[in-house]
Amino acid sequence: MTESIALLTIFVLAAFVGVEVISKVSSTLHTPLMSGANAIHGVILVGAIIVTGAADSAIVVIVGLLAVVLATVNMVGGFVVTDRMLEMFKGPGARKKELHK
Amino acid sequence: MIPTWAQIGYLVAAVCFIVALKALSSPRSARTGNLIGAAGAVLAVIITFAAYKPDHLVPILIALAIGTVGGVIGSRRVQMTQMPQLVALFNGVGGGAAALVALLELGDVPSEATVAAIATAFTILVGAISFSGSVVTFAKLQELMTTRPVTFPGLPVLFVASLLGGIALAVWLVSDPRVWVGVLLCLIGLAIGVMLVLPVGGADVPIVISLLNAFTGLTVAAGGYVLGNTLLLVAGTLVGAAGTLLTKLMADAMGRSVFNILFGAVRGGSTLGAGTASDRPVISGGPEDVAILLGYANKVIIVPGYGLAVAQAQHTLRDLVEELQSRGVKVDYAIHPVAGRMPGHMNVLLAEAQVPYEQLREMDDINGDFKTTDVVLVVGANDVVNPAARNTPSAPIYGMPILNADEAQRVIFLKRSMRPGFAGIENELLYDPRTTLLFGDARDSLTKLLTALKTV
Repeated sequence: MTESIALLTIFVLAAFVGVEVISKVSSTLHTPLMSGANAIHGVILVGAIIVTGAADSAIVVIVGLLAVVLATVNMVGGFVVTDRMLEMFKGPGARKKELHK
Repeated sequence: MIPTWAQIGYLVAAVCFIVALKALSSPRSARTGNLIGAAGAVLAVIITFAAYKPDHLVPILIALAIGTVGGVIGSRRVQMTQMPQLVALFNGVGGGAAALVALLELGDVPSEATVAAIATAFTILVGAISFSGSVVTFAKLQELMTTRPVTFPGLPVLFVASLLGGIALAVWLVSDPRVWVGVLLCLIGLAIGVMLVLPVGGADVPIVISLLNAFTGLTVAAGGYVLGNTLLLVAGTLVGAAGTLLTKLMADAMGRSVFNILFGAVRGGSTLGAGTASDRPVISGGPEDVAILLGYANKVIIVPGYGLAVAQAQHTLRDLVEELQSRGVKVDYAIHPVAGRMPGHMNVLLAEAQVPYEQLREMDDINGDFKTTDVVLVVGANDVVNPAARNTPSAPIYGMPILNADEAQRVIFLKRSMRPGFAGIENELLYDPRTTLLFGDARDSLTKLLTALKTV
């Protein structure tokens, strides 16, 4: 039972950290926030690898591999597209520099 | 049991995710933050391979490679206007993956671990809802299906029945963890997801993306509980918090409750509009007239809407603004929270056109400035400047915070036609004697304006 209490504690504390951190995100960046948060939940990949790796029947392996593919698309795609968006956010200095090139 | 070093590694990865979100407080640090987040994710995957020593290593690595290629191609090819669809799609596959993981874990949940069984049932049900809901959202945004709310008689009854059925199955699963009950639960979740999103109109879909994002986050957190994996628990909870907060922010910006947005069409009180063109007289002008108004103003505010992005006119707009600035006109962009198709979407679209983010000002910040503004230029927007939101209690958008464009000396609308906006409501501001309309495609009109501006 102590383990489930520990996990519950982590859950509650993480929720507070999440709300605290995210309420400080600039509204300019709400779209990258959504896609970045999206990429983070792609970490379910870890779970997909664990269950696939422990599988002992063909059907479980196949379903597990499907989960691995889906989670990887979520994680990799999410981080790449967030990077693509954030790359475009430049201050006035950056724009001038580019014009002078 | 997971070795201690791996637990510590997971902790590092979790901290990386928190840092990534924290860095988004400023555009300056955001990109580095995202890379730290990605590094945390890679670390987590490597630790998982090292600590769990999974069987079927080669097929797993092949699956990883396939997913990586798919993810990179998808995210490289997507246009910035299509960003909401992509986020919906990535969210859906994440939710789907979580549901599958929980389904496979079902056999290993010990019968006395009630909390773990509840978490498993939750993950299967909500993961499936998130998956099918996101797929329908994607289809709506990509216009593979109608963007209008879809309802049919009996939908509310069927929806509530499915929901109750889902809960009943979940309870059954908790008391008796059998795989076929799990599969049934998964199927009913898929049906609920479809029924949840079908009645939501195109303009409200962004809220659904955000909500489903929160769902997937919580699903991953519950999955983390089942597997006893703290990283999944922390990461999922963070995302759940982000999605919930964004959903609330967006609903506030539309002046409506989340419940009303989701179920408004079912109850008949939605943003369904007539969508017909009006024949009341308006004042329309040519590019030269408008160029004179803009060129001799002291202060101009631009109100960009999704129509700007559809016409791919962001770059032309930036050129026009730079021309005005070189003439000594003070120009700001006023960004409504729901401009575009998801929160902050307009900022991304203008950043793509290399508009410095300092020029983009939020609604609360700029609304006091309209009184002292000579000209407001509305490009491809309508509902966000519709005074009906303030003055007409019967209007569907009544109560939605708007940009006070009607307080400026002159208003210019660049419009394709007289058809009302997304919400389908007449905009009184269009018929105001201080308003000039310039009809045509946004990019054409802006190009003509730019040419005319250089001669006046």
